[in-house]
Amino acid sequence: MGKFTWDWQVFLQDTGGGETYLRWMMSAWGWTISVAVLSLIVALLVGSLMGILRTTPSKPLVLIGNVWTELFRNIPLLVQIFLWYHVIPSIFLSLRSLPSFVLVVFALGFFTSARIAEQVRAGIQSLAQGQRYAGLAIGLTLVQTYRYVLLPMAFRIIIPPLTSEAMNIIKNTSVAFAVSIAELTMFAMQAQEETSRGIEIYLAVTGLYFVSAFAVNRLAALIERRVQVPGLLGAK
Amino acid sequence: MNLNLDFSFLSWGLIQSFIVKGLIFSVELTIIAMLGGIALGTVIALMRLSGKPALALPAAAYVNVLRSIPLVMVILWFFLVIPLLLGQPLGAETSAIITFTVFEAAYYSEIMRAGIQSVSKGQVAAGYAMGMTYAQCMKLIVLPQAFRNMLPVLLTQTIILFQDTSLVYAIGAYDLLKGFEVAGKNFNRPVETYLAAAIVYFVICFSLSMAVRRLQKKIAIIR
Repeated sequence: MGKFTWDWQVFLQDTGGGETYLRWMMSAWGWTISVAVLSLIVALLVGSLMGILRTTPSKPLVLIGNVWTELFRNIPLLVQIFLWYHVIPSIFLSLRSLPSFVLVVFALGFFTSARIAEQVRAGIQSLAQGQRYAGLAIGLTLVQTYRYVLLPMAFRIIIPPLTSEAMNIIKNTSVAFAVSIAELTMFAMQAQEETSRGIEIYLAVTGLYFVSAFAVNRLAALIERRVQVPGLLGAK
Repeated sequence: MNLNLDFSFLSWGLIQSFIVKGLIFSVELTIIAMLGGIALGTVIALMRLSGKPALALPAAAYVNVLRSIPLVMVILWFFLVIPLLLGQPLGAETSAIITFTVFEAAYYSEIMRAGIQSVSKGQVAAGYAMGMTYAQCMKLIVLPQAFRNMLPVLLTQTIILFQDTSLVYAIGAYDLLKGFEVAGKNFNRPVETYLAAAIVYFVICFSLSMAVRRLQKKIAIIR
């Protein structure tokens, strides 16, 4: 190994487009966070729906939930992103005008929804069957039983795995480099090539991923404390 | 809806010369990273559970750092740093094998740690009472049971590993996905190319996860 010297001033260099690498990196961080937040919203909505379907008494609904989960869980994320990017717009022509940012949000959101569906299902099934029967017995409809009895408990129980899923989503946004979304990993690859200061650039990018994931972790811990059920193990 | 699929360009010759080559590398990468990752992961798990801070702290740092970085970044890091350390360039494939072994070890070690902790304390105490050393206890009593208990989880992680091998795209290594891309390139049929790739990945991963589920039931009965 040759003699290595740090050169952090690389971040103040001009990229050739009238901005510094630092600015570019910050905007890339913004893209990473935007993709992550929007995908998480898609994943939570779709994943909860599919997870709930898998616990209903209706066989067809259970099947839909199961097929959804297996389909999105058994294809690599990168391949799913390519499917959204190349295949879906040529099948549904109306989607052709969508920017690739939106396609990546759906790709990552649906991919993660399969994992969230699995956790929602497990959360609901971890509740005693009696809770469901009690809800139905006092005259609530099935929908009301879910809304007022099952889901409020199930979602509190699965906050820890949902937290790690939210952290995973931040890490998984990195795969969006493959369709040229200007997020952190894309920045890292391009800036490394242009400046040849890969170590400094990768260190900064890795640091930003750390900070983002840690922030999600703290935020989730805060939510968990706020909504904890008194009297359960783990509650103070 | 506008669906005019034509898979006819994917001839057997094309599959043989481009796709099989990629599949072989993906499988090879998965198997090497699984075996190496489980071996290294077990050592790291034992270090973490050793109760000696000099061993436990570096092991914990190893696991926590690697688990907080996106795999794509780890792949890029290794591809950049290993040649600097070696002083000579390294092929994307070799770099991928080293990266995945090191990276997966962090995940396998967490599984092994849970497996080791699932073995009851009385078993280790019984081992000591019979005059076994720590190493003998681990090798003859704890680890065989930990492996057995964790086998389904280890295999599930391996399926995830197989899916993740597609990320070597970032450094241009020739894997299954790349095989499809190369095969489809001259025909300008991205829709069929990526659909076919998705189907192949799905069939492999889905059948493996079915097999793991069956294994899980079998093991559960024997215990």
